Amino acid sequence: MKTLPAVDVVIIGGGWTGLLMAKELGTRTSLSIVVLERGGPRNPSDYATDMDELDYAVHHRMMQDFSKEPFTIRHSTGDKAYPLRELGNFLPGSGVGGAGEHWSGLCKRFVPNCFQAYSKTIERYGAKKLPEDHSIQDWGLTYDDLEPYYAHAERLLGTSGQAGNLRGKRIEGGNVFEGPRSSDFPTPPNKVPYFSSLFRDATKPLGYHPYLNPSATISQVYTNTDGVTRPACTYCGFCTAYGCMIGAKAQPSTILLPVIKKHSNVSIRTRASVRRILHDGPATNGTARGVTYIDESGEEVLQPAGLVFLSSFILNNSRLLLLSGIGEPYDPATGKGTLGRNLTHQVIVPAAMLFFEKPLNRFMGTGSVGMSIDDFDADNFDHTNLPFLRGGILRALSDTGLPIRTFGIVPQAVKGKWGADWKKAATYNYDRAASINFIGEHMAYKGNYMDLDPIYKDHNGDPLIRMTIDWRDNERRMVEFMTGKAVEIGRAMGAKEITPYAGLKRYEGTRYQSTQIRGGTIMGISPDVSVVNTSSQHWRVPNLFVLGGSTIPQGDSIGPTLTLMALTLHAADAVVNRYLKSPGKLV
Amino acid sequence: MMRRRQFLNLSVSTVGGILVFSVERNAFGMLPRDKTLRIPLRFFDENEALIVAAATSRIFPSDESSPGAKEAGVVVYIDRQLAGPYGRDAHRYTEPPFEDGPAEFGYQGKASPSEVYREGLRKLKGFENLSTADQDNALKEIESTHFFSLLHRHSIEGMFSDPIHGGNIDMVGWQMIGFPGPQMSYFDDVDKHFDEAFRPKPANLQQITGMKVVPSEDEK
Repeated sequence: MKTLPAVDVVIIGGGWTGLLMAKELGTRTSLSIVVLERGGPRNPSDYATDMDELDYAVHHRMMQDFSKEPFTIRHSTGDKAYPLRELGNFLPGSGVGGAGEHWSGLCKRFVPNCFQAYSKTIERYGAKKLPEDHSIQDWGLTYDDLEPYYAHAERLLGTSGQAGNLRGKRIEGGNVFEGPRSSDFPTPPNKVPYFSSLFRDATKPLGYHPYLNPSATISQVYTNTDGVTRPACTYCGFCTAYGCMIGAKAQPSTILLPVIKKHSNVSIRTRASVRRILHDGPATNGTARGVTYIDESGEEVLQPAGLVFLSSFILNNSRLLLLSGIGEPYDPATGKGTLGRNLTHQVIVPAAMLFFEKPLNRFMGTGSVGMSIDDFDADNFDHTNLPFLRGGILRALSDTGLPIRTFGIVPQAVKGKWGADWKKAATYNYDRAASINFIGEHMAYKGNYMDLDPIYKDHNGDPLIRMTIDWRDNERRMVEFMTGKAVEIGRAMGAKEITPYAGLKRYEGTRYQSTQIRGGTIMGISPDVSVVNTSSQHWRVPNLFVLGGSTIPQGDSIGPTLTLMALTLHAADAVVNRYLKSPGKLV
Repeated sequence: MMRRRQFLNLSVSTVGGILVFSVERNAFGMLPRDKTLRIPLRFFDENEALIVAAATSRIFPSDESSPGAKEAGVVVYIDRQLAGPYGRDAHRYTEPPFEDGPAEFGYQGKASPSEVYREGLRKLKGFENLSTADQDNALKEIESTHFFSLLHRHSIEGMFSDPIHGGNIDMVGWQMIGFPGPQMSYFDDVDKHFDEAFRPKPANLQQITGMKVVPSEDEK
């Protein structure tokens, strides 16, 4: 194995969090920084011709190559696990920018209550209300701790939206349930497409509080704090699964790479696939020495480094730590160990499919623009007499018009999925059907976790990560409740026919929900219940930091991109202002 | 071993006399109705192509009001996909053991899409000569198979993917449902047309970008 000259910092994975950390350290220090990205390089010009639903959204041109490394999955510890042989329920990106290149651009802060989900639940309802096998816990930091970093992240992205709570003052039209924000959105809200406008006009008289989603597909030309200028979104509809061909959507390639490239102390090595984090001392204590990776030519090389940031895809963060023997693997039988625990996803279902008389022109929109209500999110409503805890968001999005994946929606009376009657009904309803979507919290449970698969291996011969995950009654009852609300809203919107969601059954590996898996290396108040502290520093290995969705203790409703950027900026401050001055445990 | 070059011979009247693209994706132009169209095949032999053309036409039939799989050239689309990286499972995890699992975890078989088709079509020998009613019955019998689910999925893909992939000839699929294809901007329209169908003139990716596009099936 070849050994390269040592660098100060190695960053594993060049997605949102890895590149943001590279930008922060690269611009604020003179440290030598190497980003190792296992996919290829990216240029904004790569997306000039990507408006092809087949190659991008169906064949997943921008995603992790499952032929080399997929994940395995089972519903519970007693079951056999199967590989997810094709991409399905989530879509990890590959290449510089990672999933940040193909995200939808939904850009919302978490509600304050989310950070203290455990203590706030106990306070309001008592411990008995929690499901017996739950494992939710507080983050150890609060919304107020993170607020300045949220504001910073929004200025970087140029987020479009209308404030609903400016320094404690509630503002109608914005999301009145949001935490107090120190500053307004950098750019005004986006335009409102037809279907979303129907949702807005129907929910207001019902007493709800509709708002337009905050979005990184910006409403007007914007120059951010780093001097990066982006054009206004044109609502072409090719966002989720695509890179933005004009760069209106904030992507790592448009807002981070141009800044990084100006700093010679940062280099990005592509097609560099990390296999191990090297580590001195026992598994539960010690120092990271660097990493080994397979380079573009297929050779395994050792890159020594003084400081290691692990910022690969959520599940791969746990996998690399397990393969490297760093930390204590979680054991669901005893509840001991922390690495791999609290695997959560997001509950996303078409709560009510609505059929209208008029065409909706729904090919116009963006991945994130749409009207939402948070009246049933988090603990914004009283659960005392409800058979579940927590909640989520009901929304009418505008990005549902591309035909390969949406053709074929027909009213319940149409039987069969092919042939003349089906074709006629599906053609008629193609632009007349759209769903009120529910996006909800997935509570953490003792039985949902990750470990290494004992059978299936990747193309290097390393074990795959195994997900053990299923829904519980809390999610099923939540979806049932929200379906009822969605049907009520659908009627008020004037739908001539409504198909309610049939109900949540088992967790599916084939149905795309979101790429927002969470957990495995969660953040918390002590090494007994978490892998990293609130500065994203590994409890046992102080020169190792873990970034990304793997640090989120339990599922939130909205999706964590903005929060992950805020957490990364928060960690960067801890590193620059404290760790570098006095390396060691940050408490 | 090089296989003998295979062609799908279709009378132009069956493809509606519409604009047809060559393998190089240049339009042949509007073909006269009395001609026979000779489409070079990449994966199917002629017999297989006729079965696929007939079967996808039952899944997505033509009728008096709109075109179907036949006019859209769905068989050409599928032929190219099966000959390309998708057909040989270039992006699927194909390590053993292969064991049937719960439906929630997806197809666990060993056979690649091209192998699934070859086997599935062998069992449909003579399908193209059956009456449409018998064809429907034959399809109903295989409705729960993996082969049929691929045929169904690929019919939709061939109807509505960019014409660069060989189907959706002359954007007939898009025109049928009112989808305008990729467009650079709806900035002036997205918050208007609330009471009417807004139907911009469809365009395909090459027309919109003016750039050469390499579809995945042509990648090495």
